[in-house]
Amino acid sequence: MKFFLQLIGAAAALIVSSSIVTAQDASGILVYNAQHVSLTQQWAAQFTKETGIKVTLRNGGDTELGNQIVQEGANSPADVFLTENSPAIALVDTAGLLALLDSATLALVPDNYRPASGRWTGIAARSTVFAYNTSVLKQGDLPKSLLDLADPKWKGRWAASPTGADFQAIVSALLELKGEDATSKWLKAMKDNVKPFQGNNAAMKGVNTGQVEGAVIYHYYYFGDQAKTGENSKNVALHYFKNRDPGAFISVSGGAVLASSKKKDQAQSFVRWIVGKGGQGVLRTGDSFEYAVGKDEASNPKLPSLVDLQAPTVEPAALNSKKVTELMTAAGLL
Amino acid sequence: MSVMALFVTVGACLPIGFIVYVAVQTGWSTASALIFRPRVGELLVNTLLLVACTLPLCIVFSVALAWLTERSDLPGAHLWSWLIVAPLAIPAFVHSYAWVSFIPSLNGLFAAVLISTLAYVPFLYLPIAATLRRLDPALEEAAASLGHPPAQVFLRVVVPQLRLALCGGGLLVALHLLAEFGLYVMVRFDTFTTAIVAQFQSAYNGPAANMLAGVLALCCFSFLGLEMRLRGHERYARVGSGAARARRPAPLNVWKAPALAGLVAWIALAVGVPIVTLSGWLLQSGAAVWRLQEILPAVLETLLFAGLGGVLATLAAIPIAWLSIRAPGPLQRLVEGLNYVVGSLPGVVVALALVTITVRIALPLYQTIATVLLAYVLLFLPRAIISLRASLAQAPVELEQAAASLGRTPLNALWSVTVRLAAPGAAAGMALVGLGIVNELTATQMLAPNGTQTLATAFWAYTSELDYAAAAPYALLMILLSLPLTGLLYAQSKRTIGR
Repeated sequence: MKFFLQLIGAAAALIVSSSIVTAQDASGILVYNAQHVSLTQQWAAQFTKETGIKVTLRNGGDTELGNQIVQEGANSPADVFLTENSPAIALVDTAGLLALLDSATLALVPDNYRPASGRWTGIAARSTVFAYNTSVLKQGDLPKSLLDLADPKWKGRWAASPTGADFQAIVSALLELKGEDATSKWLKAMKDNVKPFQGNNAAMKGVNTGQVEGAVIYHYYYFGDQAKTGENSKNVALHYFKNRDPGAFISVSGGAVLASSKKKDQAQSFVRWIVGKGGQGVLRTGDSFEYAVGKDEASNPKLPSLVDLQAPTVEPAALNSKKVTELMTAAGLL
Repeated sequence: MSVMALFVTVGACLPIGFIVYVAVQTGWSTASALIFRPRVGELLVNTLLLVACTLPLCIVFSVALAWLTERSDLPGAHLWSWLIVAPLAIPAFVHSYAWVSFIPSLNGLFAAVLISTLAYVPFLYLPIAATLRRLDPALEEAAASLGHPPAQVFLRVVVPQLRLALCGGGLLVALHLLAEFGLYVMVRFDTFTTAIVAQFQSAYNGPAANMLAGVLALCCFSFLGLEMRLRGHERYARVGSGAARARRPAPLNVWKAPALAGLVAWIALAVGVPIVTLSGWLLQSGAAVWRLQEILPAVLETLLFAGLGGVLATLAAIPIAWLSIRAPGPLQRLVEGLNYVVGSLPGVVVALALVTITVRIALPLYQTIATVLLAYVLLFLPRAIISLRASLAQAPVELEQAAASLGRTPLNALWSVTVRLAAPGAAAGMALVGLGIVNELTATQMLAPNGTQTLATAFWAYTSELDYAAAAPYALLMILLSLPLTGLLYAQSKRTIGR
């Protein structure tokens, strides 16, 4: 028996030692990151270079990480939470797990891109678009509103990534603007009409190859691909719904410091850095093509101006991810 | 020993127990609303269609390929059989990645069936080829002498003798079809596994994901039960004295050219497409995608996971394998059977259960390497048990007794005599477990400690962003790591029949 105990002890020692090898660097902060990995990596690398504070990322989807933090509660190892869209960060805020941001941070962002509570802030923004195949659809064939896509005549002709947080954020805006009944009806019609893809990139690629005529995605997938080789978007153009339509929804990416964080100072400084010159500058000059939201911070010059997009007014903090998941599960989309 | 075996088994049953617990906790009305809904029906139809289309195709192709390489006078049969097994070294989601790069519009059931068939035929080919090689020609000759034409001899004499190989291999393929995630996401084909991951990404470990996992687990169990019934109780050992005579290969004559053409086509699809598209991506992007500061840590972490997982699974297998050789009985059969049942569960189900357990009850283990390793042990324990059992059986109990009579304690005797004699089997088992871990995606993604990246998860992260070029080095490295292990598997299947 002694021998076996030794053996088990050795195995345990191996595990412990290897977990030290693989564990995050205890000196830095842990960021639960739902933003695009490449963007956050650029942010983190520059931030570390300027401040010497190390940043470890745990990557995942918005609602995945949001629900994960809620489950972890006060024991969450995360110091900072970054999202692609508002619903997931609102979820964590509702659970009372976010710390108040420094007033210096909040002063950097205009009121319309952050909730009044001050417990999280917008860090970037993206616009909903209808990306369409230019050889199949002409200007006149385009839907006037996101709601038109529920029409039977659009059956099998459009794509989306219903499992992704991006599309679920668009649905949450629809829910906020049009109410539960209209949203659930629209989702049921969507179930009949839509060709589901896994990821917005894949959906745009489907438009490009002609598998579908159009897709409801965010604007930057197109600009990102154009800036690279353009091979997945050469037959694609973007249609902005404008006109305060639910389909013109501008989604705000969020950043917050966890109330349970033991490194609040470092965490606060990372969020402040992101909404400040450094982080917003990465948005302007990098290849993410997301809109900058900081005061007096210009976005990438290749993008159409945010104010021209005539987005509907939606309170980001009111977006309800839980209800959206329920409605989409009920509609058979999840 | 029994206590330890029981301990391992109770641990292995944790995920099933938790699914039941969550179902009870959710309450029947919510649970039934989440289970009996059209979406679940859709997924069930999709998943069953996939199995119903892929499995017969796999059986037909693997029997045909095995017959050609084992029974006919095909030139270069050895080389061909190597090539037929080679797709095993390519993870299923890399197969899919290659096909989607090759034909971007590929999607749906057709694509899913095509790629799964190409990727999973070796699972059936290996046991069928091994059985075909070993069959006594006397039986077939007797049937032929009674007036049966060759085709009928094959159907009435040979195929029934392949039953065990077909059942075992078929079950393995079916379980892979149920558990695979990456392959089907890339061709946009929804199965239970992809839907569970989607629910997990939307709501973490919400009840909807757990209920889907429950239905998927039931599917696995029904396949296990079905296989047990189909397996039957016939005797397959040969009767008669002496050894079976070596058979003469069947002459292909005019069929030689078409047979070779067919084999070339098969290899082109199953090995050629992945290799060509992969090298295409690698050549096209050159040195830029070899970001060594990302790739090297991923290789190290993959090796660490595979090594530790292999050792732990083998350690956990010792008591169960030892019992099944030295003290078989009803309890031992139950213990062993339960471990196979757990091993049949998809990674996503096990990972979901472990996430829930660690976050709610065992928080210190949450997001640690220990939890990932536990998931690997649960998933791959059967591989370790099978390999270990085979070589334990060859270690005479008398040596252990002799060691004990010279003053060793029983466990010490076991270690210094039997376990050492069983080392080759243990090593093979570790290699098999390691192979599984290198190619594991879903459980690793859900459970890996913060900041860790394996080859599989890094590959997946890049392909999700459609950066196929940056994903290519990871795919290549996974194949290179898997090749020696596949070679070992191949060699072992040859050795078990004494050649």
